[in-house]
Amino acid sequence: MLSAHVLGVGVLGPGLPDWPTAAALLRGESPYVAVASALPPPAALPPAERRRAGRVVRLALAIGAQAVADAGVCTGNLPAVFASSAGDGDNCHEICEALASAERSISPTRFHNSVHNAAAGYWSIAQGCQAPSTALCALDASFGAGLLEALLQLRAGAESVLLAAYDVDDPPPLRAHGSVSDAFGVALVLGAAPQARARLQLSFTQAPPTRLTEPALEALRESIPAARALPLLQWLSRPMQGCVVLDYLPEQRLQLHLTP
Amino acid sequence: MTRMDAVWIRDYTAASALGLGRAATRATLEAGRSALAPCRFESAALSTWVGEVAGVDAVRLPAAHAAYNCRNNRLAQLGLSQDGFAERARARIAHWGAARVGVFMGTSTSGVLETELAYRERDALTGALPQGFEYRRAHNAFALTDYVRRVLGATGPAVTICTACSSSAKVFAAAQRMLAADLIDAAIVGGVDSLCLTTLYGFHSLQLTAPGPCRPFDRMRDGLSISEAAAFAWLERPSGDTAGSDVLLLGTGESSDAHHMSSPHPEGAGARRAMQAALQTASLRACDIDYINLHGTGTPSNDAAEARAVHALFGSQVPCSSTKGASGHALGAAGALEALICALALQAGLMPGGLNTDEPDTSLQVDYLTSNRRAALARVLSNSFGFGGANCSLLFARADGARAS
Repeated sequence: MLSAHVLGVGVLGPGLPDWPTAAALLRGESPYVAVASALPPPAALPPAERRRAGRVVRLALAIGAQAVADAGVCTGNLPAVFASSAGDGDNCHEICEALASAERSISPTRFHNSVHNAAAGYWSIAQGCQAPSTALCALDASFGAGLLEALLQLRAGAESVLLAAYDVDDPPPLRAHGSVSDAFGVALVLGAAPQARARLQLSFTQAPPTRLTEPALEALRESIPAARALPLLQWLSRPMQGCVVLDYLPEQRLQLHLTP
Repeated sequence: MTRMDAVWIRDYTAASALGLGRAATRATLEAGRSALAPCRFESAALSTWVGEVAGVDAVRLPAAHAAYNCRNNRLAQLGLSQDGFAERARARIAHWGAARVGVFMGTSTSGVLETELAYRERDALTGALPQGFEYRRAHNAFALTDYVRRVLGATGPAVTICTACSSSAKVFAAAQRMLAADLIDAAIVGGVDSLCLTTLYGFHSLQLTAPGPCRPFDRMRDGLSISEAAAFAWLERPSGDTAGSDVLLLGTGESSDAHHMSSPHPEGAGARRAMQAALQTASLRACDIDYINLHGTGTPSNDAAEARAVHALFGSQVPCSSTKGASGHALGAAGALEALICALALQAGLMPGGLNTDEPDTSLQVDYLTSNRRAALARVLSNSFGFGGANCSLLFARADGARAS
């Protein structure tokens, strides 16, 4: 059975500015108020790259930085799995608008930022990390697909892996066709060796996904693919022996057996 | 780095500018014929050459999956139809059980052409996209993987890997890990990328497209030629049914450049690290490799960086070539297409010579082949490097030559 220890957590979403705040909300210690996500500038990037970083890159780098700080791991040789349900809608919109115009003039930066692995590329540059990185997409199953890939990399010999799953809402007119209501991202540093931190074991199940009792948080879980991780985050906010089921593909879900 | 379990490439096919199916692909390579031609794609007004696959727009998706209709999924369908691949895949899915077959696809732009076209028809008043615009099934990167799993009936784990031009090389590594973990019994891997204006105008904006056919490793090389392709393979763990002439995936190596979004590390540090990891996971040494299918896009910086990385690991002894002078650069499908060219090369004993290279760049210290060479091949390497510094190197071998002598 695939397993991992959770060494660090990062989160950023509407009303969830960081992991300590989110953990308190998920424990029910303070009421959840959904205010729009605020994405910090990517301080870790060199100035030229910082200027070029759009919302997707800012979100991915922010949650990644939170998680590695929480884990206290060195990023110089940390493999990374990035997962997102869609691409960079802001960038795609600008390119499609330009291509629909007479000039069809695309900026080179826009084009190289259009790749799905832009965040992975900027992360590796910011961290000076030459370890493998990947960028996945599986629509609503993207968090689950990223978690699976991270656990498989641990099984294949990696000591620890960064998983970052994130989604950013599209601008109009794409917004009407997407499935993301606001920016939300979650990052985990997962380790193979036994640690003092929580352990999860993964298996496939047909059972329905675990829901959140707070209606506004459950609405968030349902409205942003990366937020399908919220039941796991809720458990991590107050670890105890148990089991959560996360959304994955239409045919199956991921069951996580959890040990504090 | 630990040795990995080998994977059996039980079946494969491709539809690219080189031809439809294995026999046509092999015939084009044996003839040393380039499939590149001046760009006439859609309304593109660019002086560059491309490798367009004929007949993609005439392909009709099965009615049950019509919502997935886009050029990329039409090309996927065309690829699945070659060599009886889809029929055998369905039979094998029935054998293993649908939930035990995973689908791992690589693409860079999936169906973005649909969105480009829709932006020409926005409502003048509201800016809305036209009725019938289908984002999730005809644009999104997962649309490809979702289409393949639905049309073939596989329900196991599924994901699109989207790391630009290494996307469909990395799917082999991801599928290998899942087979090794026994989460699946078989994997359908592949890559599909199709011509669109984003990549044509985008690479043009970076001044990376050649005005004529690309000339990898030539002294006067001046850019890449964009093409399109669909390439698929069926992977299983090796068994008693594996024949000596069958091809195995023995090693995979992945790395990041951590250097720049669209320029390779000048010394090829990331490329070298990926090739080294492929050798290590296969428990092989550089001298065990008979041929290298290079990434070899034909841009000045890519070929120089890759040549330095190859020279640092292999010296100037191992024959190598880029097949992109023949096929063009199929971007997110290039990794899978070239993996299958490596499988053909191993089975046919053919090292395809690099085309359009009139004057090999002597500052690139590798044994670059400019014409076909016939030799028994046992183990070969395939390189794929993408924007964002996402590198992947795959090591393939004939089952009867998998271990070094």
